Amino acid sequence: MNATVPIAGRASSRIAMPAATEVKRHSATVRITHWLTTIAFLALLVTGCEIVLSHPRFYWGEIGNVNVHPWLNLHLPSSRDTVPTGYGYVLPDQNGWSRYLHFQSAWLAVGTGLFYLLWGVFSGHFRRNLLPAASDLSIKKIASSIVNRLRFKRPGPEESWSYNVLQRLSYLTVIFVLFPLMIWTGLAMSFGFDSAFPIAVRLLGGHQTARSLHFLVTILLVLFLLVHVVMVILAGFRARMRAMITGRAVPPTE
Amino acid sequence: MNKISRRKLITTGVAAAAGASGLAVAAKVAKAHGLIPPDSGGLYGAGETLTYAAQRVLGRHAMAREFPRGEISQNPFANEVAPLGEEFNRLQAAGFAEWRLTVDGMAARPTTFSLAEIKSYPTTSHITMIGCEEGWTYIAEWKGVPLSFILDRVGALPQVRYVVYRSIQPDWWESIDMADALHPQTVVATGMNGADLPVPFGGPLRLRIPRQLGYKSVKYITHLTLTDNLKPFGQGKGGAASDGGYAWYAGI
Repeated sequence: MNATVPIAGRASSRIAMPAATEVKRHSATVRITHWLTTIAFLALLVTGCEIVLSHPRFYWGEIGNVNVHPWLNLHLPSSRDTVPTGYGYVLPDQNGWSRYLHFQSAWLAVGTGLFYLLWGVFSGHFRRNLLPAASDLSIKKIASSIVNRLRFKRPGPEESWSYNVLQRLSYLTVIFVLFPLMIWTGLAMSFGFDSAFPIAVRLLGGHQTARSLHFLVTILLVLFLLVHVVMVILAGFRARMRAMITGRAVPPTE
Repeated sequence: MNKISRRKLITTGVAAAAGASGLAVAAKVAKAHGLIPPDSGGLYGAGETLTYAAQRVLGRHAMAREFPRGEISQNPFANEVAPLGEEFNRLQAAGFAEWRLTVDGMAARPTTFSLAEIKSYPTTSHITMIGCEEGWTYIAEWKGVPLSFILDRVGALPQVRYVVYRSIQPDWWESIDMADALHPQTVVATGMNGADLPVPFGGPLRLRIPRQLGYKSVKYITHLTLTDNLKPFGQGKGGAASDGGYAWYAGI
């Protein structure tokens, strides 16, 4: 193995190509934190939906209950008969294990996130792989990237080892805006946390506002997840999954 | 096995050993400081212990948020309770004159208090939010005798670690640690929004714990037991809610 050549000569017998076709794509830290985050996020999403079903209504400010007009009523059946849903039945109560698993997964997500954040700063991952080049930040470049996406144009070979500008911007948004907002609005709903740090909920504008924002940011994260998975499929599901599991990718040949 | 993988193996082994012994030390320290909740066993014990320990370390003495009078909910939601039963109805018909609160367990002077006695003690009040694990909230002014006053009165022994409290409703009981039991906002509530505590909200007596979710604020309390061990109570997880699959600590 020649360590000085970034394109490792580990020719796969399955691909009838000369050596030096595989490139290093994702570091072990990125792969491990990616899948830990995936597990935590899916557990948080499922249990979060279960918890919402016990009161599928949302309010602004501090106060919200069945005697208060909600800004958003999901019109879903509920796991509580105290909620006027219009449905003639009540779902089984799943809040016990849902809340347990929600908070346990939140610890996993936060722990993984903190580790990734520290590593990303000190390893140069953010600077090197996620910060877009200044030259890529022109309206023209971004617009052409969007157009290419909308035309379902297959990514060029350079995207086998590097993120394009849209990817970089959306990953940065998820990592530095949406995830922190999720953690903040989640903590702001905790009575124990708010006792110690009342500013957390005051700044947001109240307990129910925190709950509503927690729900809205969830929708943004689910949208991101859907687009992310669609993009992976369009770019070549097997190759991209392989890259996120083994760390290596094979650029498409022209 | 080549050199790099051997070095990697050793580093990983050392890191794993350090991590494991670090965890063992952390568990010992946590136990010594009472940071392990009674439902720490099982599938979700790790997350539960982290939450409880973190909140106790960050805010053992923190005060629940209090609100200006203008933010009191005009139309608070009482939630539903199971039918109150014959004994409750009999006591209610007599204006709760015969309502008793018995305090026993690790106390120098176990005592049974009448409602009138409780009401004759110095009270405190606060305008705080009550929130349900379902997600809804309301704000009310609560008036009552600090639980710490009652604990003083019965001479709680220094080794008490938990207060177990029971409702007149069968199988409705919970427990709290001393951080919440001695907390100045934890009250044996007798009043709400300037009147006697209405029955739907837990009258005549409700243990009100503003730093935890509503299911810890048990309604219609008749019995407190001071203990250093929750194992003999129910399934040993510290409350009817935790026996039913909910977290014992409800500060989140």
